[in-house]
Amino acid sequence: MAQIIIKNVRKEFGDFTAVKESSFTIEDGEFFMLLGPSGCGKTTTLRMIAGLELPTSGEIYLDGEEISQRPPSQRDIAFVFQMFALYPHMNVYKNLSYPLVSQGMARAAVRAKVDEVAQILGIENILKKPVGGLSGGDRQRVALGRAIVRDPKAFMMDEPLGALDAEFRERMAEELRALHDRMGATTVYVTHDQLEAMQMGDKIVVMNNAVVEQFGTPQEIYDKPATMFVADFIGSPSMNFLPFEGAVAEGAQTVDLTGNSLSVPRQKQGASGKLVFGVRPEHVSLSDSGNYRGEVLASEYLGTTQIITLDTANGELKARVPASQTATVGETVGLSFQGDVVTLFDAATGRALRSELNEGIVAHG
Amino acid sequence: MSSFSATAPSARSKWFAGTLVILYALITMIPLAWIMLTGFKSPADAISYPPKVFFEPTLEGYVNLFTTRTRQTDDFLAANPPQTWYEEIVRQYDMVIAGPSKFGERFLNSVIIGFGSTFLSIFLGTLAAYAFSRFKIPLADDLLFFILSTRMMPPIAVAIPIFLMYRQLGLSDTHLGMILLYTAVNISLAVWLLKGFIDEIPREYEEAALIDGYTRFQAFYKVVLPQAATGIASTAIFCLIFAWNEYAFAVLLTSGTAQTAPPFIPTIIGVGGLDWPAVAAGATIFLLPVMIFTVALRKHLLRGITFGAVRK
Repeated sequence: MAQIIIKNVRKEFGDFTAVKESSFTIEDGEFFMLLGPSGCGKTTTLRMIAGLELPTSGEIYLDGEEISQRPPSQRDIAFVFQMFALYPHMNVYKNLSYPLVSQGMARAAVRAKVDEVAQILGIENILKKPVGGLSGGDRQRVALGRAIVRDPKAFMMDEPLGALDAEFRERMAEELRALHDRMGATTVYVTHDQLEAMQMGDKIVVMNNAVVEQFGTPQEIYDKPATMFVADFIGSPSMNFLPFEGAVAEGAQTVDLTGNSLSVPRQKQGASGKLVFGVRPEHVSLSDSGNYRGEVLASEYLGTTQIITLDTANGELKARVPASQTATVGETVGLSFQGDVVTLFDAATGRALRSELNEGIVAHG
Repeated sequence: MSSFSATAPSARSKWFAGTLVILYALITMIPLAWIMLTGFKSPADAISYPPKVFFEPTLEGYVNLFTTRTRQTDDFLAANPPQTWYEEIVRQYDMVIAGPSKFGERFLNSVIIGFGSTFLSIFLGTLAAYAFSRFKIPLADDLLFFILSTRMMPPIAVAIPIFLMYRQLGLSDTHLGMILLYTAVNISLAVWLLKGFIDEIPREYEEAALIDGYTRFQAFYKVVLPQAATGIASTAIFCLIFAWNEYAFAVLLTSGTAQTAPPFIPTIIGVGGLDWPAVAAGATIFLLPVMIFTVALRKHLLRGITFGAVRK
């Protein structure tokens, strides 16, 4: 198993830049998520690690060895494709044994290894079947089996659950995570589904427009977004952005939003001009004492909680409050914000301002 | 392809379609059947009017096709009674068999040149199509158009330059020359058809093979080729049919060693009068290889034609 270091990797396709100088490190045994909207460069990054694309510049280290220009066969990395890419002219057994045959492994050893993998994945009974007639889940398992059968240094997975229906996806996600925990193999997983990334990942890289926006644990990325893009992309409903014009001084613990003083984490960076007050819906509560007020526009009932949409002096805002709390449409209510988890952004750059909350996370971004 | 509505065809339209197919089959098969029957007629039956559908079959045509014969004096004939059944057939006309005809050789030439050029077209065509399909080639579209443009005029339009060129190069009347020529004509068809087939094969299969530790060529050979088998088979049929039936170049460029069957068969007419049964016998034998080849690959051919239209 292995550590993977991505260093200043860049990929251009003609005039189009798919990935701009990106750097991050995937630790040994990590379940690592590459997250972003489609076209952000996450799949290209994954394919560069596997060797299906060669980077235009930059280095990729696998266990300390520079591999960025090597053909995939010399990298010892397995890849699970979104559409599974099982060899259609072979049965399940042949598909699973194919990577072993290429290494020149003896037939008996191949047999034993395939049987072992089939048992892990629970597909012993379909080994003789052609892959054409398999269900989505079984295809997924065979694709996984083909990846794990030769004990590679790392696994690359390109939206492996994307082709499954929603109900089955959850079960496969659990199976995948369990399989990873059992094998302890370094896994890089591409997805555009932020929930999947949060659920399964040890670490997440969020990419947008060929750039790494943020790199960290799911908690860091959720609680301490480095950019407005990350804050918006992660979480459902996403973070509220209340734009305002003003200034914050270094060391300040409040900001002035249309005449209301709201508390924020102690700022480590002063800024002025067009700023954005970012707060997650669950950190907004309705309280009569609050002097920052908003008018209730709508409410969505979600069982234990409800999402209230409000109109405030700084724009629309969503609050996640207990379902028991009553809110009537048209009513104006007071709001309070949990000040220690608020993030301020510079509207022009979209970057978070450094504060006590996110210090150390944002600094390198 | 023949149904115009989404609902199942009614009994009447099925009956109508069936009748049409049978009629069409009859129309196309009558000349074939006529040729095959004529091969078994005597020369007199072959030219009788009205044409005979029922006749006494004889192998005269086939014997004449495969032999050369000479007329002999009565003394010679009396002194040498016929030894075999085919000599007996020839004796009816006071002739003896002088030796085998050139038909066997010409037929073999057709096989060598037809299958040789088909193999070469498919081999080169598959590699070229794969490259066009998978790699970024500068001016790929222009190159493809250029390849196709070789088909835009009848091949015979370039017959004279080719004739002169071949004479200079010593390729006239050689197997190699004919194989190269037919390959040159067929390769545009092969590249275009096969590119379409290979485009349909998802790249992920090869990428999976690359990841599984195979080289690019192994991935092509072990994963792409089996997937493209249908396309290759149907393309091969088209190439073979062209090379097998080609007449104009064969007449112009071959006369002896490399002469194929199509220009040879008409020359039978000149030997000892209009020997229609022999010509018909030659045509029948000539038809067989392509028929066998097509029937053997017909499953692929059908799937090949609808390939791309039907996605599983």
